[in-house]
Amino acid sequence: MNQAVDKLSVADFSSDQEVRWCPGCGDYAILKAIQKLMPELNRPRESQVFISGIGCSSRFPYYMETYGFHTIHGRAPSIATGVKLANPALDVWVITGDGDALSIGGNHTMHALRRNVDLNILLFNNEIYGLTKGQYSPTSKVGTRSPSTPEGSVDRPLSPCAIALGSGAPFVARTIDTEMKHLSAVVKEGHAHQGASFIEILQNCPIYNDGIFEQVKDKKIATDFRLEAEHGQPLVFGKEKDKGIRLNREKLSLEVVAVKDGADLASLLIHDQTNLAQAQLLAAMQGPDFPIAVGILYYKPVSAYVSDLGSQRLELRETRGKGDINVLLQSGHTWEVK
Amino acid sequence: MSAENEDVVAIDPTSNQGQTLEDVVVRFAGDSGDGMQLTGSNFTDVTALYGNDLATFPDFPAEIRAPAGSTFGVSAYQIYFGSDDITTSGDAVDVLVAMNPAALTTNLETVVPGGLIIADSGAFSEKNLKKANYKTNPLEDGSLDAYRLLSIDIHSQVLSAVEEFDVGHKAALRCKNMWTLGLVLWLFDREKDTTTENLQKKFASKPDIANANVAALNAGHAFGETAELPTGVHVYKVPQAKVAPGNYRNVNGTQALAWGLIAGGQLANIDLLFASYPITPASGLLHALAARKEFEVTTFQAEDEIAAVCAAIGASFAGSLGITSSAGPGIALKKEAISLAVSAELPLVVVNTQRGGPSTGLPTKTEQSDLLQAVYGRHGDTPLPVIASTSPADCFDVAIEAVRLAIQYMTPVILLSDGYISNASEPWLIPDMDDYEAFPVKFRADAEGFNPSLRDPESLARVWAKPGTPGLEHRVGGIEKSYETGNISYDPDNHQLMTDTRKAKIDGISANIPLQEVALGSSSGKLAIVGWGSTFGPIHQAVKRCRQDGLDVSHIHIRYLSPFPSNLQTLLSGYEKVLVPEMNTGQLVKMLRSDFLIDAKGLNKVSGQPFKIREISNAIKAELAD
Repeated sequence: MNQAVDKLSVADFSSDQEVRWCPGCGDYAILKAIQKLMPELNRPRESQVFISGIGCSSRFPYYMETYGFHTIHGRAPSIATGVKLANPALDVWVITGDGDALSIGGNHTMHALRRNVDLNILLFNNEIYGLTKGQYSPTSKVGTRSPSTPEGSVDRPLSPCAIALGSGAPFVARTIDTEMKHLSAVVKEGHAHQGASFIEILQNCPIYNDGIFEQVKDKKIATDFRLEAEHGQPLVFGKEKDKGIRLNREKLSLEVVAVKDGADLASLLIHDQTNLAQAQLLAAMQGPDFPIAVGILYYKPVSAYVSDLGSQRLELRETRGKGDINVLLQSGHTWEVK
Repeated sequence: MSAENEDVVAIDPTSNQGQTLEDVVVRFAGDSGDGMQLTGSNFTDVTALYGNDLATFPDFPAEIRAPAGSTFGVSAYQIYFGSDDITTSGDAVDVLVAMNPAALTTNLETVVPGGLIIADSGAFSEKNLKKANYKTNPLEDGSLDAYRLLSIDIHSQVLSAVEEFDVGHKAALRCKNMWTLGLVLWLFDREKDTTTENLQKKFASKPDIANANVAALNAGHAFGETAELPTGVHVYKVPQAKVAPGNYRNVNGTQALAWGLIAGGQLANIDLLFASYPITPASGLLHALAARKEFEVTTFQAEDEIAAVCAAIGASFAGSLGITSSAGPGIALKKEAISLAVSAELPLVVVNTQRGGPSTGLPTKTEQSDLLQAVYGRHGDTPLPVIASTSPADCFDVAIEAVRLAIQYMTPVILLSDGYISNASEPWLIPDMDDYEAFPVKFRADAEGFNPSLRDPESLARVWAKPGTPGLEHRVGGIEKSYETGNISYDPDNHQLMTDTRKAKIDGISANIPLQEVALGSSSGKLAIVGWGSTFGPIHQAVKRCRQDGLDVSHIHIRYLSPFPSNLQTLLSGYEKVLVPEMNTGQLVKMLRSDFLIDAKGLNKVSGQPFKIREISNAIKAELAD
């Protein structure tokens, strides 16, 4: 970290390219938040690499004055894995969407997470295909009317965070496009984590799926529909923090309870971000019976893929030494013809 | 075998004296579990050390452990060795080792009349005969009268040979292959020390097994020396071949390709990321490189073919050289990403070890049917260089060349090998890396005047600026880019210019590759046999033999398949006729006809087996008889 790093500002991370998302798109807010966060990370600009797939969100790298690679549909995690393998010193970001990461690229997302490649994966979830003009996506709610499902979709959606947890991701979080402070804090933690960080960002598409997250975003009502999980704190929500989440031990499931006094508060579940089973229950919470949980749902560091490979190589080098190609070619059975 | 009489046995059946032969084809065939590949490779080591030129052809089934005794579980290893230059694994078999009835019935067709068959009569039980569809025992019913038969109960020979070692009945029987190898070593006047050393190394942790195998080897050898063998079975001498002086080794295509990639990386002074997904017959390359982490090569077994090529592209973006490898079906999956590398103008090496297609096809057999896929099989206008190796040892130089082209032109390069080349082996005059010219990679460092669309004015290669370099922050991607700035551009004229530039860049490679030479013969004449890839051996032998017979025929073998060498059209126009043998239904011939408007004809074979010399020489004779 040299001094120059400290002097960088938002402007240093904004490219000269005109941003071309639709007016009102949630991507603007996310871009601004990340550009503002960059100087705070205290890392050289040239070490930041943004990799994206295909979709509205995947235009993101063009607007960052960093290294960037806009690749092909669904494959950003694989390209990013290659980048990290080639140069582990880089900070590698994956910008992806619900279709990109969970439909065409589901396999790569799953394997990047289970390998625990040190990537910061930001999944912009707007529950729709925007760039191809509004078809339903693997996260669209049942009944979503779209050009490809005129009578409403009948297949059930998947939960990005549940998939990430199931794939073995050691850092799983959920945040909201317009909540800049929350988003920045979560992303900053994810960046600091040495390993795969999976962050689902609920993002509004004003054209094809407008208002889909309104309950959790509208300041007037959001407190009733959104639970901000904080490690070590009881899981409470509601305007007056008058509701909480309790574990029903008989059913091994969560339930919402009213919090009237200290006794109620004491019975609530305390958020433990290192508890996988609890994280899975939180990730699965959805309306109308439950609030949506945001924040760091799970965070339990394990050793990362690329550094483990590096250690293996170092160990091997100690016994074998550095390779000499001429020695290799002459190894094994050889014979001389005079 | 002599050149003139390919179908007549070389081994004189009436002689009981030692005899000298120019060349011999031996085929070891047995159950998958009989250890035929180990037997063959040990015989190859000994033969190479002896100083013969040779070529081998391991031919094994797709099933990992087929039921014992079944015909589809037969595994074979063929070696052709001699005192002249050997470039194929041989047409017809002079000596067949058949470890059971299934091995006999599936391989008998390849044996020349009068050829020697060594059979383990101990394995010709009623059960095994039935599995091979024999109604009566061919060792006893006279059906093999056209051959010389050496029927030995190797089962009981082995059991008594290893009696003194406490290895158990099953392990004792497993030494059958070494007993047989001992006999064959005796037959060709070969020493046993190399194999003994190999065995002791292989079974270092199990000394009893090692000793039992060595004892079986010795017993087989002694059997040849002492037993009363039928007339016509005696020691044969195959004199050493005249080859250039120097240090030699045996090498198979997979090894040579792996080492060539490492060597190429060193010549370019760049780290390699080899990303691959297991597939037959390409996986060997992943294994070979995974075992070489003392070099600057990282291997990555991806979750699928697409992830493998994408990781390689990511590595190239980050300043390593990304390499991916597969066989035809896997290459098909990688195509979208290869086009991304064309568009982003990033280096990438794609190795296709071709196998029999379509779909799963014949995974363990060889074919050349992915040429058109390599040259044309992508979306959009996506030209890229395609090169092919001609033999196991040639893979080394072709791999270096693939690395050079990828880096110097910032382009994906497709390297075509095939199942035959990857498994076959041949002696190789070991090169000295100091004799190779380095082609160090040039990364951009200067921020002054930088943009990602800058090109080398001569090669038209795009600038390579790797992440981590201050001041060179930039974006690339699959969307069309402005020729001037590298930023996104939907401008119609710009797309035309970029498409033309990508084509001109690849076309320009023909100025930076060697001119096409004639492998054998003259640079004009009546007939040119034009080949590519692993057909080199049989074409070469056929042309050589036909020229010895006075026919006006020449051999041209093309390494650079796209773009073609700049003189190829002129060269081919100097022949009255052009014949193109290929292990496909006519792919190179289609390219030659469409590019050069010449009346080239195809000679095509898609049986999963390499061409026989005879098939090509017959075609030559037919062409010249017209």
